[in-house]
Amino acid sequence: MVDKLNHDGSIIAVEHVNFFYGTFKALTDIHMLFKKNAVTALIGPSGCGKSTLLRLLNRMNDLIDGTRVEGRVYFEGLNMYDPNIDPVEIRKKIGMVFQKPNPFPKSIYNNIVYGPKLTGMNNKNDLNALVEKTLKQSVLWDEVKDILDQSALRLSGGQQQRLCIARALAMNPDVLLMDEPTSALDPISTAKIEELIDELKTDYTIIIVTHNMQQAARVSDETGFFYLGKLIEYNETKKIFTKPDLKQTEDYITGRFG
Amino acid sequence: MEQTKHTSSQYEMELQDIRDKLIYLGALTEKAIELAMQSLLERDSKLARNVIDSDAEIDRLDEELELMCINVLALRQPAAKDLRFITTAIKINGHLERIGDMAVNIAEKAIILAQETQLKPYIDLPRMTEIVRNMIKESIDSFVNEDLVIAQNVTLQEDMVDKLNEQIFRELLTFMMEDPRTIHRATIIMQISKNLERIADHAKGIADMVIYLVTGKSVRHQAH
Repeated sequence: MVDKLNHDGSIIAVEHVNFFYGTFKALTDIHMLFKKNAVTALIGPSGCGKSTLLRLLNRMNDLIDGTRVEGRVYFEGLNMYDPNIDPVEIRKKIGMVFQKPNPFPKSIYNNIVYGPKLTGMNNKNDLNALVEKTLKQSVLWDEVKDILDQSALRLSGGQQQRLCIARALAMNPDVLLMDEPTSALDPISTAKIEELIDELKTDYTIIIVTHNMQQAARVSDETGFFYLGKLIEYNETKKIFTKPDLKQTEDYITGRFG
Repeated sequence: MEQTKHTSSQYEMELQDIRDKLIYLGALTEKAIELAMQSLLERDSKLARNVIDSDAEIDRLDEELELMCINVLALRQPAAKDLRFITTAIKINGHLERIGDMAVNIAEKAIILAQETQLKPYIDLPRMTEIVRNMIKESIDSFVNEDLVIAQNVTLQEDMVDKLNEQIFRELLTFMMEDPRTIHRATIIMQISKNLERIADHAKGIADMVIYLVTGKSVRHQAH
């Protein structure tokens, strides 16, 4: 394996990354590129390190005590673990959507403008336009345009999750990280989010962790299979789900171990 | 290839069941061809009618297998090896069912020919039958054992069958030119030869699918 990756066409490059929770090594020598404007799925059994890797990509693991990163993670050529880099700036560029919808206990409108306001965006017209644009992007606009001042907590789970995606988009990120974004949703809401992912990839790069193998197959262009903290196989999704290179991958996605 | 067992033993059994039934269907069609050709060579119309009747069992199995495969697709959402196995099984099933129909065609022709005097001693047809039967057998073996070498060997034999078919055509042409009264019998023998040639195509189709099953690559429309 080459030591220095060729970053062409990629937005994030992970080079020889090891990650530790205290003395426990959760990731071993991860070496992979994430293609720009593509959907990459990370799959593998529980505890394989896929969510750890996802959180590492916008320095969310910084918030957990006793963790340590070795190796380099580049975002558009910049080492995001350089001491001079402000993790808050990184998180503006690399947004995250979590497993359970977690809207703020505020109105739909204020959920979206909360972040932009913090960064100094105060013009009412700009904010209104942003709310409409992001809610349209997340295909929620038609359902909520007349109730924007209603509490976000009164929305259904699927609507809340699309609101969280709109909230993440309001910061105008380049990358969206999604940690099991549909595992708490019903099939219709899941289908809407998956449809949304497909639409968003023209403007954003999406990296998604999922336990749902069919979901990975449906929404992603590339798939990485993780096991015991290692990246076992990283390939085109079509290849992974029809003829993976490694038997270990095949065994996992056909349900032969785990 | 050594195969790890599924976490779901029920799923494992469903796949095994499809495999077993396909092997059985393969054996039935191979037998049908053997008996159809025997009925021709021995001018045995009763045997020919048995072949025609026993096609119902082949058709029944075809439907049963297709349903089993559809159920696995709908309920298990197979991926990778399992997906290739199911798509392969559906296609092999179709090929075998068609081979069964060809056996019926041959048996029907055997009944007609048994009512007329024999045009000539059969020499090439039994040779062709042997190759074709072997192709069916080996194509199924290659599927059961996921054996690339056997599968490729099946595809190579198709050529020999094509050549024999052409040879039979040429020979029968000479009969017809010499004596128009042979035309009826000669054209029927030509149809039998054509049926055997198409069976070889189906056996090759099965072998091609086995190559896909094992390698993930489609070779169906490649020239040799």
